[in-house]
Amino acid sequence: MKIVVCIKQVPDSTAKVVVEQGKVVWGDAPLIINPWDEYAVEAALQQKEALGGTVTTVTIGDESTKEALKRALAMGADDAILINDPALVNMDTQATAQILAAVIRKIGGVDMAFFGRQAIDGDSGLVPAQTARLLGWPALTLTSVIKVEGDNVRVERGVEEGRQIVTAKLPAVFSITKDFGEPRYPSFMGIRKASRAEIPTLLLTGVGITAPVSVIAWPEIINPPSREVTCEFITGSSPEEIAETLANKILAEKVL
Amino acid sequence: MNIWVYIDNFKGIALPASWEAIGVGKTLGNVTALVFGSGVEALAKTSFEYGADEVLLADDAVLTDYRAEAFTMTLSKLAAERTPDLLLFPTTTRGRELAAMVAIDLKTGVMVDVTALEAADGKIIVTRPIYAGKLLTKETCSSKPQIVTLRGRAFPKPPQQAGKTGILTRVAAATGEFPTKVEGYTTSESGVSLTDANVIVSGGRGVSNNPALTPPAGLDEKQAEIWRAQQGFALVKDLASVLKAAVGASRAAVDAGYVPYAHQVGQTGKLVSPDVYIACGISGAIQHLAGMRSSKVIVAINKDPEAPIFKLARYGVVGDLFQIVPALTAAFKKKMGK
Repeated sequence: MKIVVCIKQVPDSTAKVVVEQGKVVWGDAPLIINPWDEYAVEAALQQKEALGGTVTTVTIGDESTKEALKRALAMGADDAILINDPALVNMDTQATAQILAAVIRKIGGVDMAFFGRQAIDGDSGLVPAQTARLLGWPALTLTSVIKVEGDNVRVERGVEEGRQIVTAKLPAVFSITKDFGEPRYPSFMGIRKASRAEIPTLLLTGVGITAPVSVIAWPEIINPPSREVTCEFITGSSPEEIAETLANKILAEKVL
Repeated sequence: MNIWVYIDNFKGIALPASWEAIGVGKTLGNVTALVFGSGVEALAKTSFEYGADEVLLADDAVLTDYRAEAFTMTLSKLAAERTPDLLLFPTTTRGRELAAMVAIDLKTGVMVDVTALEAADGKIIVTRPIYAGKLLTKETCSSKPQIVTLRGRAFPKPPQQAGKTGILTRVAAATGEFPTKVEGYTTSESGVSLTDANVIVSGGRGVSNNPALTPPAGLDEKQAEIWRAQQGFALVKDLASVLKAAVGASRAAVDAGYVPYAHQVGQTGKLVSPDVYIACGISGAIQHLAGMRSSKVIVAINKDPEAPIFKLARYGVVGDLFQIVPALTAAFKKKMGK
């Protein structure tokens, strides 16, 4: 089974992200592998363990994003590829998907491509389905259970009404949700292996495409207006009295 | 402007954000609703009543269950032939995925999970939250059609005008082989969906801290903690049931195994904006606040007066949730006539 996991590096989910002088900053909070992508790495490793094969992890970014790849290697991925090209600035999701589809084609013979459900910075959640569409592969998004038999796959995917059970043929694209199960921690040996890994860096010419054109622009990023609330603390001599007052206040908002 | 609105439905029941999308479309121009499914003609009628001028109805057994490829091909073909200026989708699981894939077919982009939009000279400028709402970004699209998915509950639902009709056109579903097959569904046990909920009652780590409870004998420490948490969440669920609310949870409560992930509110869970959000025993980690900060009225019940959740709350109670929450349930039961 030839497996690819596409990941992204993002500011830590506990970071206080703000706009200063028109730029997004997050203080000294670390950059980490996108938390959703850890589930994708876990799902990929479980397929490898069950079916044999290799797991290659891919990201797009500058040299610093190798840290996210190393996290995936430390968890157990076999190798990693970084796409770093000066032409890649302010990419929208369809441009990102074009590059990832090109990388997956270039690797060749890929059976399963895994993604996290979305990245916690842009919150788009579009790239997995867009990459699938470009490859012409089934998009099995928001997946929590995967069973492969031969080149048939059966998944459970989360929708508003519960879970949808879908079958398809490989190759396919999967996006993974937290329901899949907790991602493993890197082992000591894994961390040692990852720290010594030489990660190849490719330009776009190395995957055989020219820079895709982004059509979405974001002329302005702003801090959200601060919520002007002063908390009114409800007090009383008993829980019942407090509850009575609180219920009246909530009902007086006329939103129930 | 010629605007198409995708009516997301499950077995013929529309998700309410679809009607909100018709309302947004009507502020910009002529609205054509897209109704796809099998046996869904009634939805065409409802689309007219919520304001659609026209409906394109693809009613075909091939569209019985949502499948990304079959729905994408049906929609992309229609859009290529009829060249709408703007496609609006509700940001549901299906709406988001369909928007993503149709954009590839039509060689355009998607502005996703939008909470505000304006039009200038036929061009849409949207505002949408990023970093789970820690920031807002404006976005534009330089290609046509422009594709936007709208966050549920960010826009008002238009009034339903009984008997209003419009132009109904039947269109063909895509034909051919599709790579996926839907085998069935397992339904969720969670009741009211978090993202559609008017009211959410959420529990955090604090729900497992009731000192008055003695766990049954024979449980180890972790099992005892879960048992305590289940008793605590029962109180949260009681309050939710009186208010017809959805049940939410903090990441800490989900990670500790108290409730399934489907209930998680926050940056790596669901982003919600109900009219009332009642946080019980949730201190308010930044990633939780990011997921619920746009709720209209936030109520916090926590024993720690310094808990960050109080900075967002309209009403706060510093106290023991195990006493306050049942009392609140009783008070609402009485006042709401149950």
